[in-house]
Parts: sequence; structure tokens; C-alpha cells
Amino acid sequence: MFNDLSRLGKYLGQAARLMVGLPDYDTYVAHMKATHPDRPVMSYEAFFRERQEARYGGGTGRCC
Amino acid sequence: MATLSRHALWALVGIFGAFALAYVALNRGETINALWIVVAAVSVYLIAYRYYSLFIANKVMSLDPERMTPAYRHNDGLDYVPTNKYVLFGHHFAAIAGAGPLVGPVLAAQMGYLPGMLWILAGVVIAGAVQDFMVLFVSTRRDGRSLGDLVKSELGPIPGVIALFGTFMIMVIILAVLALIVVKALAESPWGTFTVGATIPIAIFMGLYTRYIRPGRIGEVSVIGFIGLMAAIIGGGQVAASPTWAPLFTFTGVQLTWMLIGYGFIASVLPVWLLLAPRDYLSTFLKIGAILALAVGIVFVAPELKMPSVTKFIDGTGPVWAGSLFPFLFITIACGAVSGFHSLISSGTTPKMIENESHMRLIGYGGMLMESFVAIMALVAASIIDPGIYFAMNSPLAVLGPTAASAAQVISSWGFVVTPEVLTQTAAAVGENTIIARAGGAPTLAVGMAQIFSVMFGGTAMMGFWYHFAILFEALFILTAVDAGTRAGRFMLQDLLGTFVPVMKRTDSWVGNAIATALCVATWGYFLYQGVVDPLGGINTLWPLFGISNQMLAAVALILCTVVLFKMKRERFAWVTVVPTIWLLACTLTAGWQKMFDPNPKIGFLAQVSRYQDALARGELLAPAKNVGQMQQIILNNQIDAGLSLFFMLVVVSILFYGVRSCWQAYRVAHPTTQEVGTPSTASQGAAA
Repeated sequence: MFNDLSRLGKYLGQAARLMVGLPDYDTYVAHMKATHPDRPVMSYEAFFRERQEARYGGGTGRCC
Repeated sequence: MATLSRHALWALVGIFGAFALAYVALNRGETINALWIVVAAVSVYLIAYRYYSLFIANKVMSLDPERMTPAYRHNDGLDYVPTNKYVLFGHHFAAIAGAGPLVGPVLAAQMGYLPGMLWILAGVVIAGAVQDFMVLFVSTRRDGRSLGDLVKSELGPIPGVIALFGTFMIMVIILAVLALIVVKALAESPWGTFTVGATIPIAIFMGLYTRYIRPGRIGEVSVIGFIGLMAAIIGGGQVAASPTWAPLFTFTGVQLTWMLIGYGFIASVLPVWLLLAPRDYLSTFLKIGAILALAVGIVFVAPELKMPSVTKFIDGTGPVWAGSLFPFLFITIACGAVSGFHSLISSGTTPKMIENESHMRLIGYGGMLMESFVAIMALVAASIIDPGIYFAMNSPLAVLGPTAASAAQVISSWGFVVTPEVLTQTAAAVGENTIIARAGGAPTLAVGMAQIFSVMFGGTAMMGFWYHFAILFEALFILTAVDAGTRAGRFMLQDLLGTFVPVMKRTDSWVGNAIATALCVATWGYFLYQGVVDPLGGINTLWPLFGISNQMLAAVALILCTVVLFKMKRERFAWVTVVPTIWLLACTLTAGWQKMFDPNPKIGFLAQVSRYQDALARGELLAPAKNVGQMQQIILNNQIDAGLSLFFMLVVVSILFYGVRSCWQAYRVAHPTTQEVGTPSTASQGAAA
């Protein structure tokens, strides 16, 4: 029950962040560890800035 | 037996929905409850999702749950991330839902709620959701590439460039019309202007907070920002009530236009983290929250619809926008029924995060059904208002006359009885000086939302708060769209100009950026200014152009999907995209033609040109022009609008030509000619053989 609730909360948080263009940081870290252990992993702050720049700097429009 | 019982429940939903739809459609003379519309719409969505989208998924496109998606192939934890189905649904919905589905249905309500409702439901099931779903499929099978790229590779390089130019002009028109909605809502409204203006310092504080104080804490900064917004709404009420402060925040439409143009330039050259990103957090969360609250409100309050199901204006003589039911109703409601702009989202970030092909049905088709439901709610909100108030808010000043008394008289003569007192009382109740001639959708929707919300919280005393809450929520995401759209337009322009002047392509060059930004702002600013001083009220000119261009893009996207079906050798299912394409072509080409050549100056741009030219030759001045220069300006504006209609028609006709050619080429070859990335799973190969 509490597990289900906390999982729901996790998904809601993920959904809210992805709505403003921020993918899940833990997934990113897990991906880097699993596939590119040789490369440096961005800190959360660096990851946040990188994603912000990618969402708004690249120039895809918003819907009407 | 098992199959029978599996469909029995759905048959019940179908019967229930058909009953609700029949009740709404056949009801004559008495008011009906908004819940009938909600029930009818939801039943249609459920049946369409269960059967039609499944048919498209399994038979037309043969989605392959075993096939690797780009999210896995290119997984980088950033752009390409396999994402939970429901989380991605939220992302996709937040990206496609904007001001469009809220404004179009409000404007369409001048013909009554029934025509708009039927088009929203039929359009989304047959055209809109099909487009979103199939473009998502086409893009996902091609590494999540963009629509322009896909048109180039499937139809050829020339149609690719044509589509790019078309997209840029659509963007310009969208920005102008969105900005016009804000101008119409804030003109002569100190409360609204203060509240919306206050979002700029609030957003800048949030930007500094997420950059330096607590980097990346989106949740807490959004809560802080939300509290700031609520304070700004309450503060706006104080400002409007104060005789010293109110005049400082009272502006005319033209003044607001120049402020918005200046804002657009500055906001789009500032670093994104300072203003754009934090305001995007606020506008996104507020948008989702307001949509949910509206849904709860409609179900909870269950308001009666006051607008007749069909008004006498279906003959095309309506004051809000001119033109007959076909094609102009179908142009007026674009988003909510079918919106070409979604094809840019379906070929943007979403396909890069699809975890499994089978999820596309919920995200593509289901996401659009959800947006359609937002349009239905906007239609309900516009229809629960007293029709007299609706027409007072949405007719141009030139028709209504300057005072509440003259407006009430004109509207009563149309058969919608309203007294001047009702008009002034309604304005006072929502804390405005006047509600007359506020076309553009946002204020009307705000009055409707305020009526619903004030029943739930606070009663009539809270009407002003809820009205400005609704204005704020629309203005907020429109300003975000203006800012983000100007940036996107700048990049497109730098790309296009870069082919002639290489230095323009360098996005790190300060001069190049400034020139491209100024050009982009000047283009949409021109159309915005033209709309604000337009003799027919602006919306009447710009909204049809927006609708035509948006649906033209939808036709381009559906032509692309048709070509892909032919290349897959699935032309026996091509009717799925061909039928909506033909419908959209009929609507956009008829509307474009009439906007150019119709002899009625309210509809045809060239007729308006000759009306003003004739007056000029006779030495007369026609309102609202006050001198010869303004007369010439109106003539030039209408000539440019006519040119734009022609441009949009040429774009769609040329893409159609290239599309038919590509289909024919694919048809003559005996084997599939698709160029998809990745290989089908063994399971699906077995099924195909």
C-alpha cells in the first residue's frame, strides 16, 4: 500500500518535471554508470542547466 | 461468447453516448445541462479510442511491441530516454495543449454550441488524433526526426524547403494572434495589466533562485512562484480600486502592442534560465491545474447552457467572425479538432522517449482526445454565459457603439435580450471597467470560468479574483509561447538567411542574433499591430488566417503519412489519412479562396481593399481611419493578408502535388520502399509472412 503510494508519488514527480523538459536524473546517472563508466557524470546542477539550455536554447516552438 | 461479452460493455457505452448525443442534438427550445455534452463527448472518445485507434495501431500501422525504439537505440539519459507510458503522456499533453483549444471554440459559439461540438468530436476522431498518432509513428520509426526533415526525405528536397517556409509563416501568424488575445484581454484593464506584468519580476526571482540560491529545485520554486501569482491577483484588485495607481496600469490596445513587441525582443535575447524557463514552470503547472479544476468544476456545478444549440448566425452574418458555416466553422476551431502544429510535437521530443511502440496509441491518439476534451470544456464555458453578454464581449466596437446602452440595444435587436445594467453589472462583478468588445476568447472564457469557480469557492465576491485568475493563466502561457516562439523563429530565420549570408548562421554572433530576433519580432509585431487597429476588430482577420495555416500544416502532415502508407505497401488502408486530408484541403482551400476573393468586404481581403480604395478616390475617410495615411495603411494590410492567403494555398497545393507523385512512385514498385531505421522483430516478421 505505502509502496504503491510512494511509487505513484515518484511517477507524479517525474511527470511534472518532464512536463517542463527535465528528464529523470537518477535514470541518467544509472545509464551513465551502466554504459559509459569511463565518462564523467554531470552533477544534478550541471544536468539541470544542460537540460534547460537544450529545451529552450535549441529553438523548437511551443504549441498554440 | 467471450468476444461477445468483451464488446458488451463497449456497446453499452456506445448506446449511452448515442443517447446523450441525440439528446443534445435534438433538443429544441429548452436549456440543457452541460453534463449531457460532457457525457456525449466522453462516450465518443472512449469508443473511438477502443476501436478506431486499435484498428489504426494493429491493421494500418502494425505497431510492433518487440521492435527497438530510438529511446533504446540512442539512449543517452538526456534526449533519448525510455520513459514510462503515463509520464510521457503527461509530457506530450503538456506540450500540445495551449491557448488554441480554449479560444477557437469560444469564437465558434456564435453559431450555437451544437455545430462546434459536432465538429470537435468528428474532427478529433477522424483527423486530429489520427494525425498526431501517425506522425508519432512515422517519426519514431525514423529515429525521432522532425516533420521538416521527414517531408524532405519522404517527398523530396523542394517540398521540404516549401514546408519549412510554410512553418515559419504559421509561427508568425500564431505569435501575432496569441499576442492579440493578450492585448484584447488587458486593454483598459488595470487589474489584468498589473497581474500579468507582475509575473515578470516573479519569474526573474524564480530564475535567480533556481540558478544561484537552490539550483534546480523546480518543485519548491514553483510553489513560491504560485504564491507570488496569487498575491499578484489580489494586489491587482487593490491597484484597480485605487484612484492613484489604476491610471498607471491602464493602457490602450496600441500602447500594449508596443510594450509586447518590446517585451518579445528583450525576453528572447535574455538567457533562458532568467525569464523563459521559470515562467514556463508556472504556466505549465497552472495550465494543467486550471484544466483539471475546470473539469471538476463542470461536473460538480453541472451548469445549464444558456446559448441556443444553433443561432441564426449559421448563415454567416455573425458579428464575431464573418463567413458561412462551411468552411469557416471548421477553420475557427482548429486546435481541439485537428491542429497541424501537433505534428511538430509528435515529431519533436516525444518520439525520442517512447519506450515501446505499443505506447504510441495512448500517447498519440489518447493525448489528442484529451486536448479535444479541453476544447469541449471551453465550448461549455462560453455557452453557460448569457448570450447577450457573450455577444457584447465578442462583437467589434464598430458594430456595438460606444456605450453599454448602445451595445444592449444592438444585441437585443439580434434577438438576444440584454439590458445595459446587466452589461455594467457583469463588468463590475469581475472588476473591470467594461466587458464590451473584448473579442479574442480569453475574457469570455474567463467570465465562464469565473461563473463556474465562484459557485464552488467564494460566491460572487470572488468573481473578480477568478476572472483575473483565468486571464492570468491564459496570458502566462501565451507570453511563454511568444518568448519561445520568437526564439524558434529566430533560429529558423538564421537558418534560412544563412544560406545567403553565411555570417547570419552563426548563432554565437551577437549582431546576427540581434538582427534575426528583430526581424522575427518585427514580422509578428506587424501583424499584431495590424490586428489591433483593424476596422473589423483584428480577430476577424487574423484568426481565420491562423486556422487556415494551422490546418494547412495538418494537411501537409497527413499527406506525409499517406506517402508513408503507400511506401509500406499498405495503400489499402490509405483512406485513414486520405479522407481527413481531402476534408482539410476542401476547408483550407475554400476558406483561403474566400478570404481573398469574396465580394463581401467583411470576408474578402481584396473586397476590403477596393472598398477603401473607392472611398479614397471619392475623398472620403472610412472608420477607423482618421486620415489618408491610415486609409492607405489599411489597404496595404489587406493586400498583405490576401498575399498570405495565396501563399498558404500555394504551399498546400504544391505539397499535395509532390505527395501524389511520391504515392504514385511507391505504388508502381512491387515491394515496400520505406526507409525505416532498425529492423522488425522476428515475431512480427513471422506474422507478416
